[in-house]
Amino acid sequence: MTLLEQFQLWLATIWPEWAAYITPAIVGIVVVLAFVLLTVIVFIWYERRLLGRFQIRLGPNRLGPEGIFQPIATALKVLLKEDIVPAKGDKLVHWLAPVVVFVPILLIFAVVPFDKGAIFSDLNVGIVYVVAISSVSAVGIYMAGWASNNKYALIAALRTIAQMVSYELPVVLSIIGVVLMVGSLSMSQIVESQNIPFIILQPLGFVIFFLGTVAEMNRCPFDLLEADSEIVAGYHIEYSGMKFAMFYLGEYGHALAYSCIIATLFLGGWQGPLLPPIIWFLIKIVAVFSVIVWMRSTLPRLRVDQLMAFAWKCLLPMAVINLFIVAAEALWLPEALPWIMVVVNFAFASILTLLWSRLFALGGGRVEV
Amino acid sequence: MTVALNGEEVAKKITEVFPDSVAAANKVTVVVTSKSLYQVAEFLKNTSGLDFDYLNNLTAVDYIDYFEVIYHLTSLKHNHSLILKTRCYERDRPIVPSVVKIWRTADFQEREVYDLMGITFEGHHNLKRLLLWEGFVGHPLRRDYL
Amino acid sequence: MSIKTEPFILNMGPQHPSTHGVFRMRVTLDGEVVVDVEPVIGYLHRGIEKLAEGRTYTQNIPFTDRLDYLASMTNNFAYVLAVEKLAGIGVPERAEYLRIIMAEMMRISSHLMAVGFFLNDLGAMMTPVLYMWREREKLLDLFEMVCGQRLTYNYMRIGGVSHDIPEEFLPALKRFVAEMPKFIDEYDQLLAENEIVLTRTKGVGVLPEDLAINTAASGPVLRASGVKWDIRRADPYSIYDRFDFDIPVGSVGDCYDRYWVRIQEMRQSVRILEQAVAQLPEGEVCAKVFQLLRPPVGEVYGHIEAPKGELGFYLVSDNSIAPYRFHIRPPTLINLTALKEMVIGWKVADLVITFGSIDVCLGEIDR
Repeated sequence: MTLLEQFQLWLATIWPEWAAYITPAIVGIVVVLAFVLLTVIVFIWYERRLLGRFQIRLGPNRLGPEGIFQPIATALKVLLKEDIVPAKGDKLVHWLAPVVVFVPILLIFAVVPFDKGAIFSDLNVGIVYVVAISSVSAVGIYMAGWASNNKYALIAALRTIAQMVSYELPVVLSIIGVVLMVGSLSMSQIVESQNIPFIILQPLGFVIFFLGTVAEMNRCPFDLLEADSEIVAGYHIEYSGMKFAMFYLGEYGHALAYSCIIATLFLGGWQGPLLPPIIWFLIKIVAVFSVIVWMRSTLPRLRVDQLMAFAWKCLLPMAVINLFIVAAEALWLPEALPWIMVVVNFAFASILTLLWSRLFALGGGRVEV
Repeated sequence: MTVALNGEEVAKKITEVFPDSVAAANKVTVVVTSKSLYQVAEFLKNTSGLDFDYLNNLTAVDYIDYFEVIYHLTSLKHNHSLILKTRCYERDRPIVPSVVKIWRTADFQEREVYDLMGITFEGHHNLKRLLLWEGFVGHPLRRDYL
Repeated sequence: MSIKTEPFILNMGPQHPSTHGVFRMRVTLDGEVVVDVEPVIGYLHRGIEKLAEGRTYTQNIPFTDRLDYLASMTNNFAYVLAVEKLAGIGVPERAEYLRIIMAEMMRISSHLMAVGFFLNDLGAMMTPVLYMWREREKLLDLFEMVCGQRLTYNYMRIGGVSHDIPEEFLPALKRFVAEMPKFIDEYDQLLAENEIVLTRTKGVGVLPEDLAINTAASGPVLRASGVKWDIRRADPYSIYDRFDFDIPVGSVGDCYDRYWVRIQEMRQSVRILEQAVAQLPEGEVCAKVFQLLRPPVGEVYGHIEAPKGELGFYLVSDNSIAPYRFHIRPPTLINLTALKEMVIGWKVADLVITFGSIDVCLGEIDR
């Protein structure tokens, strides 16, 4: 039983039923929203500082201690900017797009377990809900690209659709590996069953899921739809002011959400010795986010056909093989011997990765025109 | 060290094949008539022993009486060079055959000369202004442009 | 089922992050595939060739700084060499060495920018550029020591250089020369073995050898295509015949080769710098040249191996104090001739990196 449900039961004893029903929901929403917005702001600051370190410069350090208020200044600046809508753009869709991008990302947090019982809604199909809802923001990006009436934005929008469709599959397949071992789709069940974090039990699944999610949140090296050296800023090229801020928040919110999901699925969520669970959870999401920033600062971008090839030729077959291996292990391996599984899976992961890196070239070459 | 070929010797070779094509020649340059420029250029590029496969530079000078178009040629094979020139005397409508088909590099440079000097290169596939905008009046590098 | 698609025209630039200035490409795209590309230039045209006809030979030196502003001293060098050839002026030994030192430092500086921004075009999010900048800063500090400027130096003079180097310059340069190979190794390590860099650049934007010669490509672009042609070797100017250095040559002529050739050239430049510093003699740094120089009637084409290719100056003198004709052979404009052949059939992303690998500077293209 989650904390909110306990709160609701207690309220029902003193308040009328409808109030006891609504109040916990509102409290939950406010708490989760506050957490998300605050963490996103901290993440923006953290990414800038970390990028600064990676790029042998300081990063923002003037406003407040260590520049912690810089994101707030940025937010104020963005808010005060003029809102420009392209004259020949689709005004309604242009207005709606940032909302469609941002809201699904907030919705993901409804099923993130921050602590034992500290979950907004412990859906029994939690992980399916995450997959379903996170795909919706692709529609928002497509809307933005379409409504801007700009060729760069349109290219970005079409790239998004291709990318989302391709990377959804390996991501889902690697999630199934996790679900097979847990035997439940509920997020809190997934956390509780991880006495050994799944990153150790299923290294290949973790790598596939991680790369897939990095692609889905459009981070380097898969940031083709922003690709500022090619298509300038991609889908949000025609956005300014608050609408741009929504995209910006959405991007970091996405990163935060997926850091949470990765931490939950593969790193053992809030579980950990000594420290309180919420601290463990925060440490894990910051660690995941740091790796993402690290990749962003080091790796160049893939080309669009290479991106597709990577999804369909590398990640997808590997995800299927991984699924079969995990299924076989879940079926036949005795539960008491998880360490055998660790050895076997690490061996498989390294062999498969080596095989694929040798056998498959990414992407086609020149097209005859 | 790149050897600058003697213009008079090269001129002799050219006249053997194309009589009346050389207008003047001295130690460093060969001046050919603009009518025969294309054939001479082809000859210089394809004759073994000359093999001028590399057109370093193409430009033009306005000497008031006439325009001079200058081709700085080099052979990467033999490492020798030659200065080829041609003149056109019609100030209103100077025409010189284009060498784009022989040396692709002439593409932008001929466009530039057309743009700034107003010399038309006959046979150029895309003779538009290069640096200045379309609709610009005059050709700034002419001496009488103010 | 076949889907009917229609090519569309995309104007890349003049304001675009990876056109390296105000360059415009009129790209026809079929989806992501480039069908046609037409460079449109002239946004930075300042009419330097016309302006130069109204100024004295000495007054024209600062103009040359504004051509390829990432290697401005090399432009000075090319121009003063051409004027000296025209007027028959000798240069003191020390000045020759100083010029070589400056030219090679400029080559390293220019190649650092070229490689850094090439990787930026690949999408590496500024990190390589900032690492390259670390070394370029040191070079700029050295230049500042010599002539007080960091971008447009105006250091070379007809007959030598404007003034001698300060005494703290040589130790600083020696320190730089000693540590630079280590940094070049660092770039190589960071990038040359990066799988994404390799898949993105190998085989992309190939410029075949015959086309490279036919379009008179020069500099790293020509050498990457497998032509061993370096004016420093083929037609040695100044005192380049006294130094021992190799000419790195690529094999395929793709973007990776152009990147690789630049990295190797930096190593060779360091070698030349080492030798030049060791041999640097004492003495005068500038010959006595009359300020209002009147070269004899005649014409000259002086060309040097600038970082980006063959930089030539064609000067015609009519025995007055100003050149009768002042023509610049810009290497990067001519290197761009084959851009269309290099990118057709590749994706937009490849167009960007191929353009980046040619390493253009708009100050020079538009003049």
